[in-house]
Amino acid sequence: MNLLVLGANSDVAFALAGRFAQFEKADLYLASRNVTALEKKARDLTIRHGITATPLFFDAEDCKSHADFYESLKPKPDGVVAAFGYLGDQAAAQKDFHQARRIFHANFIGAVSILEIVAADFERRGHGFIIGLSSVAGQRGRQSNYFYGAAKGAFSIYLSGLRNRLAPRGVKVITVLPGFIRTKMTESMELPEKLTALPEEAARDIHRAFQKSKDIVYTRWFWKWIMLVIRSIPEPVFKRLRL
Amino acid sequence: MKLSGWGRYPLINAKAVSFESEAELPAVLSVAGEWIVHAKGRSYGDSALNQQVITTRRYNKIIAFDPQQGVVECESGVSLAELIDVFLPRGWFLMVTPGTKLISVGGAIAADVHGKNHHSAGCFSSCVLSFQLMSADGRIVHCSPTENRELFLATCGGMGLTGIILTVRLKLQPVKSAYIRETILRCRNLEEVCGAFEQHRAFTYSVAWIDCLAQGSQMGRSILMLGENAETGPRQLPPVRRLSVPVNFPRGCLNRYTVRLFNRIYYGSHPAFVENRLVPLEPFFYPLDRIDNWNRMYGASGFTQYQLVLPKAASFAGLTKILDRIGKAGFGSFLAVLKLFGPENDNYLSFPMEGYTLALDFKIERPLFAFLDELDRIVLDHGGRLYLTKDVRMPAQVFREGYPRLHLFAAVRDKWDKQRKFNSLQSKRLGV
Repeated sequence: MNLLVLGANSDVAFALAGRFAQFEKADLYLASRNVTALEKKARDLTIRHGITATPLFFDAEDCKSHADFYESLKPKPDGVVAAFGYLGDQAAAQKDFHQARRIFHANFIGAVSILEIVAADFERRGHGFIIGLSSVAGQRGRQSNYFYGAAKGAFSIYLSGLRNRLAPRGVKVITVLPGFIRTKMTESMELPEKLTALPEEAARDIHRAFQKSKDIVYTRWFWKWIMLVIRSIPEPVFKRLRL
Repeated sequence: MKLSGWGRYPLINAKAVSFESEAELPAVLSVAGEWIVHAKGRSYGDSALNQQVITTRRYNKIIAFDPQQGVVECESGVSLAELIDVFLPRGWFLMVTPGTKLISVGGAIAADVHGKNHHSAGCFSSCVLSFQLMSADGRIVHCSPTENRELFLATCGGMGLTGIILTVRLKLQPVKSAYIRETILRCRNLEEVCGAFEQHRAFTYSVAWIDCLAQGSQMGRSILMLGENAETGPRQLPPVRRLSVPVNFPRGCLNRYTVRLFNRIYYGSHPAFVENRLVPLEPFFYPLDRIDNWNRMYGASGFTQYQLVLPKAASFAGLTKILDRIGKAGFGSFLAVLKLFGPENDNYLSFPMEGYTLALDFKIERPLFAFLDELDRIVLDHGGRLYLTKDVRMPAQVFREGYPRLHLFAAVRDKWDKQRKFNSLQSKRLGV
C-alpha cells in the first residue's frame, strides 16, 4: 500500500503514518511545508518499520500547485490522509478579514482543491480511500472559535458529499471528528485532562475505523455523546452560553 | 497543567512546553525562570517537577541504527519500550534496563538507572557511547566518557540539572531470543538470601522480592529470582493481555494486615526451587508494566518509594535494623525489592555502590515521613545513601552525607549553569 499523508508534520498525522507503516506495511509519502522536519520523521519510520518513507514539499494553501504535486507522485497512492489544519486566532480574525480568510483557506479551500484531484483519480481507478481530519468544532458554532469551526464544518459536509459520490466506485471516505488532542496545536490551551487524548490514541482510533470500514469516527469515542448533547441544546439557550 | 511524578505526590500546577527540534529550545530557555525536563514522569517524587517543565514527548525520533555494531542513535524522548519493540525482533536488547520500560532514554541517563544485572553490567551510563547536551546558554555540547568527561560524569545520574539531553548514541546487546532462563529460590530469612546472592553472583540477572513485615527467625524471607538470556526461543514476544487499575483504591485498603496477608500468600505461592524455566523477557523484567496506572493502588494521597543502598560490609547489620524497625512500625510495603549491587561507577551522583539495595513502597500518610527520618539515620550510620529518582522527602543533610562527590557536581554546574536555569523541586529542596 502507498499512503499519502498531507500535513504529515501534525502530531496525529505522524502517529497515524506510524500505524499504517506498522500494521499495513504501507510505504509513505509524507507531505508538508516543513521538509526538514519531515526528513527526520521519514528516517524514523524507515528504521522502525522497514518501509519506504518519502518527504515531499506540499503547501495546502497554494492551490495552483496541487495538480502538479499529485501528478509527480509515482506510483499513485492507494490512500490519502488530509491532516493539515490551522487553528488561527479567533480574536485576530474578527478584526482582520485576511486572518479569517486564511483559516478558511488552510482548513477548507486547500483541502477541497487537493482532494478533488485525488477523488478524480480514485474514481477513475475505482480504488482507494480518503481519510479527512475534521473536528467536532465544526458541529456547532461557538464564539470562541467559529471561524475554525465554520471551516471544519464545511469540510465535514464536503467529505460527506464526497463519500456519497465515491461510494458506488468502491472508494472509501472516512470523516474523523477529533475532540481535544494534546498536540502542538493545542499546547497553549488549558484542556480538561480526562477528555484529552494523546495523538497515539487518536491514531489508533482512526486506524481501527479504517480497518472496520467506518464512515465517521469520533476520537475519543465519548465525543460522539458529548456532541450529541451539545447539538441538542436549543438555540435560545445556547446563544446565552459562554463557550 | 497538573503534573506529578509516578508516586502522584506532590501534584502541582505546571506550565509544560514541548519541542520537536533542538532549534526551538534556545527561545524556550530565554524565558525567565527555572526549567527541568519532564519526560515520561516515571521518577517517583519531585525530581522532574517545577513550575515550568520541558517535555520530550514530541522529541522522540530514532535517527540511525548500525545493525553490525548494535548502536542506535535516537532523540532523548524515545522510550525503552519503543527500542525493545523495534530492535528485539532483530536480535538486540538493552544492555541495562530498570524494572519498567516505560521511561525515556533521557530519563534513563539522568537517573543513571540500574537493573537486575548491575553486579555484572553496571548502570545505564555504561551503554551510553555519547550524547549531545544543551546547556543553559543554548550551546550544544558533545559529551562522552572521553569528550567533556566531567559534564558526562555529572549528567549521568545528574537528574537533568546540567542541561537538556538531546540525541543519544547507545550500545545494545545481541540476544538470541526474547526469552529468559529463570531460576527461583525461596530463602527463609535475610541470612539465607544474602548467602544466595553471593553464591549465585555468576548469574547475569538477579533480584529478590522480600517480605518486609516478617519478623523473628523469618525476618527477610525472600524469593530470589535469577536469570540468563535464553539461547533458544523466538525473538518475538508473546502478546500480553493488559490490565488496568481504573480508579484510586479507597483509603484503608492497604494496611499492615492486608499487606501482611498479601506477603504471606505471595511468599507461599512460590515453590521452594524452580530451575531454568523459560519465561518471556517482559514479565521477567517488567512485571508491573502490564498493569496500567498501578500507582492508583496506593489511593488518592499517592505513595513514595524509599530506596537505600548500604556498603557491603555494613549491609547485613543495617538491613536487620531497618527490617526490624519496619516490622515494629507496621508500615506495610508489598513491593519490597532486595538486590546486591556491583562496584560503583565514576558518575558524581549515581546511586549504586557495592552492597545491598532495598526498595520499599509506602503509601503517603501522616506519620510516614517522621518514620522515614528514623530510617535515614540508620542508613547514614551504616555509610549508605538514598536514590534521588525515588525520593520526595529526604532532608538536605541526608543527601549531602550520602553523596560525597556532590562538590564535584556543584563545580560542573557552576561552570555550565551559574544562574541555575535548570532546577527541580527536588534540587531546591536538597540544595544541590
